[in-house]
Amino acid sequence: MKCDICGKREATVHLTEIVNDQMTKLNLCEECAREKGAQMEEHFGLSELLSGLTDMGTAIEPEVAITTTCSNCGLTYQNFRKIGRLGCSECYEAFKKELSPLLKRIHGADRHIGKVSLRGGKTIKDTRTLQDLKMQLEKAIQAEEFEEAAKLRDKIRDFEKKMKAKEE
Amino acid sequence: MRVNIDDFLKRDSEWLKGTGPNSDIVMSSRVRLARNLDKVAFSHWADKKQQESIMNAVFDAANSVNYLKDAIFIRLKDLNEVDRLFLVERHLMSPEHTKDVEFKALIVDPKEIVSIMVNEEDHLRIQVLQSGFNLMEAWRIVDSIDTELSRKLSFAYSTKWGYLTACPTNTGTGLRGSVMLHLPSLVFTAQIGKILQATAKLGLNIRGLYGEGTEASGNLFQVSNQVSLGRTEEDMIDNIERIINQIIAREETTRRAISTKNREALVDRVWRAYGTLKSAHIITSNETIALLSAIRLGVDLGIVKNLDRRMVNELLILTQPSHLQKLEGKILNSNERDMKRAELIRERLK
Repeated sequence: MKCDICGKREATVHLTEIVNDQMTKLNLCEECAREKGAQMEEHFGLSELLSGLTDMGTAIEPEVAITTTCSNCGLTYQNFRKIGRLGCSECYEAFKKELSPLLKRIHGADRHIGKVSLRGGKTIKDTRTLQDLKMQLEKAIQAEEFEEAAKLRDKIRDFEKKMKAKEE
Repeated sequence: MRVNIDDFLKRDSEWLKGTGPNSDIVMSSRVRLARNLDKVAFSHWADKKQQESIMNAVFDAANSVNYLKDAIFIRLKDLNEVDRLFLVERHLMSPEHTKDVEFKALIVDPKEIVSIMVNEEDHLRIQVLQSGFNLMEAWRIVDSIDTELSRKLSFAYSTKWGYLTACPTNTGTGLRGSVMLHLPSLVFTAQIGKILQATAKLGLNIRGLYGEGTEASGNLFQVSNQVSLGRTEEDMIDNIERIINQIIAREETTRRAISTKNREALVDRVWRAYGTLKSAHIITSNETIALLSAIRLGVDLGIVKNLDRRMVNELLILTQPSHLQKLEGKILNSNERDMKRAELIRERLK
């Protein structure tokens, strides 16, 4: 079979493209395929991108990582690398070591500070409030507003006591 | 459950009204949240039985949501191909949601503001669509629906990483905010490339009319946030809004510049588009979108006075392949559609 574009060389690459619901099949030689490939970079799949990202994270024992399995759903880390999707919420715990740097690379952050889920949200909210108070204290000290700082310090002490009491 | 998709045809979606802030440049705003049930396999990894129970659980929970009182519950396997694409064309669901449909479902409120995809990439994709530049309002609505749903459903959530999603690109807030921008004068003056580049550098994604993997046609661009973790939802929305505001300002100044310095060329372009649409007997979807873009600009700049934005938006949707076939009540091949499309446009522009 000859190449559909140059019509000269033997076609060795076979492509199926879907544009506006119309499917076209292309048979290309390697050279023309490479040229075409440049135009298709945009269609590069997510799983390839992700596996590219995870590859950079090979600092953490890749051999071990790949065989790690989520005990809740049976997905292996290798499965994840291949399909670019996790298997269930528990995978996040099972692949914690590998996911932590990956999430950081994708989002530039690895801690959620947004909406707090209703379920078990109380303790999370408390922790956040405490963090906020501590930040305010820091600012007050820097601004040399010592009266304010003292108030905040007492507030933090009270809050910590309350949280502890709740835990017990 | 009997579903009549055809009812949608008789109504205009809320987001097509062509109203709302900056609606000359921003067609619509959308916020979606990705949510999953705790410890249940994500839809792609779940077996049929699990997928079915996910669907039933979501249907059950959605029944008690205030916003979804009159919502329609659709199982995609009950629809034919044309009906499924019809829902995609109305931006109620993603193209992805038309494949492997056995336990895929869609919940839509009659105004087409809220829609929930069930068993897409995540168990739930809750989206809210608004006309014009209205991201914060969309977020407020989607937030309250999410809260109501979470009273019935136990969502996958970790203290450290927030909402857990099938793809790590959505982890955290699970939020994607996007706006559909009409930027004809930035394209016309070849500034668009630079602007898109700068936008991408600021952490926003740019895509075509129908989202992921689609081309930008008709000078329509969909801009959305890339990152979903490490910021609050309000912060993310605020960030998108600030960048979009700058793009809007740039489009506005350019529009003013063109319509003073280059008025005749602009007027010529608009009326030629109008003329073609008014007289064509065969027209493709792509050509239609491109010409409607010119007319939309003409309406915005007061050149075309016998049409309003809503009518242009309506034409943009009605001339899509599945809408045409729904209107005609039968399957049409590509050539037949091109003729039917031309006929519909001539009729509307009379």
